[in-house]
Amino acid sequence: MAEQTKEYRATLKPEGVRGKSIRKDELREVPHVTSRPNAKYAWAAGVAMSRFLDELKEGRIVGRKCRKCARVLVPPRMFCERCYRQTDEWVELPGTAVIETFAVSYLDTDANRIKEPILVGVVDLDGAPPHCGFMHYFDEMSPDEIHIGMPVEAVWKPKEERDGAITDIRYFRPRRK
Amino acid sequence: MSNRDVAVIGVGYTTFQALTPDVNWKEMMFEAASEAYEDAGLDPRKDVDSFITCAEDFWEGFSIFDEFTPDQLGAVLRPMHTVSGDGLQGLASAYMLIRSGLCDIVAVEAHSKISELLTFEGVVKLSFDPVYEAPLFETAHPYAAAGLEMRSYLEASGTTEEQCAAVAAQHKRNAFSNPIAGFAARIETDDVLDSGYLFDPLKKLEIAPRADGSIVIVLASGDVARRYAKPVYLEGIGWSSDSPWIASRGSDAPYAARAAEQAYRKASIANPQKEIDFAEVDDQFAFKTLQHLEALGLARPGEAGHLAEEGALGRNGHLPVNVSGGSLGCGHLMEASGLAKALEVTLQLRGEAGKRQLSNARVGVAQSWRGVPHGTGAVAVFSRRD
Ligand SMILES: [Zn+2]
Repeated sequence: MAEQTKEYRATLKPEGVRGKSIRKDELREVPHVTSRPNAKYAWAAGVAMSRFLDELKEGRIVGRKCRKCARVLVPPRMFCERCYRQTDEWVELPGTAVIETFAVSYLDTDANRIKEPILVGVVDLDGAPPHCGFMHYFDEMSPDEIHIGMPVEAVWKPKEERDGAITDIRYFRPRRK
Repeated sequence: MSNRDVAVIGVGYTTFQALTPDVNWKEMMFEAASEAYEDAGLDPRKDVDSFITCAEDFWEGFSIFDEFTPDQLGAVLRPMHTVSGDGLQGLASAYMLIRSGLCDIVAVEAHSKISELLTFEGVVKLSFDPVYEAPLFETAHPYAAAGLEMRSYLEASGTTEEQCAAVAAQHKRNAFSNPIAGFAARIETDDVLDSGYLFDPLKKLEIAPRADGSIVIVLASGDVARRYAKPVYLEGIGWSSDSPWIASRGSDAPYAARAAEQAYRKASIANPQKEIDFAEVDDQFAFKTLQHLEALGLARPGEAGHLAEEGALGRNGHLPVNVSGGSLGCGHLMEASGLAKALEVTLQLRGEAGKRQLSNARVGVAQSWRGVPHGTGAVAVFSRRD
């Protein structure tokens, strides 16, 4: 049965070698090549996102409204994926929101454990129908305080530090009356 | 018994340009897709059973590109998959979905946003065998691989450099009658010959410049297609891949010959020279046009160069080839190249090719090749059956 495969396996791994685990330093002894991809890109933001990023620089949040389903798409898109039609108009939003969902992250981006957890989540933006919003950070609140439905507001970088990126909003904090 | 024939019922496309900084790839795809659905008179949210995009992550610059395609195609929460290959391989997947009875209407998208890749050579190098071939291309440009293939083709077939140059000049002139082509030029064979060797024997003007663009083709089963005024039938399709070892490949594009055999068998074509009226073949490098025509059985080995010289491959010749302008005249659209060929064949068979319309175009063939250093190609045969 499957004699050829058996023979082939034997040429790859002589008897007695199969199943033997090797240490990391032994792995480096195996003939190998190393390489680092030279792959650089510059992606055009596009019509909708370009305007969005420009407005962020000015401290404004804008979306695109689809008249058919009445959603306001933020970040904006030139077409509505549900209705499959172009979106109709620009809408400016006040920068206040409520927390739709959140997670408390005890690991940083490189999987290191951190003392002060990072609060991430999705905000539902005021001035737009439910489930129209985006992902961002939360701060000036503790993991015990944060909850779904919590009213929040955007905290902006100082104008001179903004560079037309979603990080021009530093985070959302509990809304102050 | 339902009719499992497969036909094109809608096409949509953007123009093909060297740079498209004004739009992102999603906005570009939406333009082509919405035109294709309008052309087919369909609502993709209800009428299209499955969606296919042809894309390669390294060209795009981010991984798992599949996840970024539903919105702009109308495919949110619908069956959708990506083919990591050329557009004709995407058409093959659609063909199978329809022939098997799983779907009645399938949309296929392919695009290029290659202008956004800043290190084209770096990514092409990544497609060589990492252990053996890649280290050899640390110094030489990867297109040197095309130069060595051209030399072995010229040697084996007796084709001349002048004949290859004639092809490049012809395709660039053809592009003038194609409003979406980005690289039309009023040049002659001598201009190509004088353009300078980049990878001797390959010359500068024999290499297709890269372009951005998006194409969407909607396919339907015969039952659905019957309701349309100008269905163009996909009579047969085939594809094949050669070994990745450059040194063990032939000089006669065997991937194209095998793909053609499969496509012709499905399309019941016994004598391609007699039965096929025109062709859109891969021409990323001018000599590839001639090599592919011979592999497709549209010319005898060594004959294609003579046909080019005599003008037989022009719009008024007996075998019009790449009247669209091909990749040399339209721009090389990466994984969308095959769909660009299929688009031109469809427009010709519909009688919608404008200034470049061929008379008596009844059966056309589209052929693709995935480019250096690949040995993968596909062939599709279309007819208008009236
Ligand atoms: Zn909508």
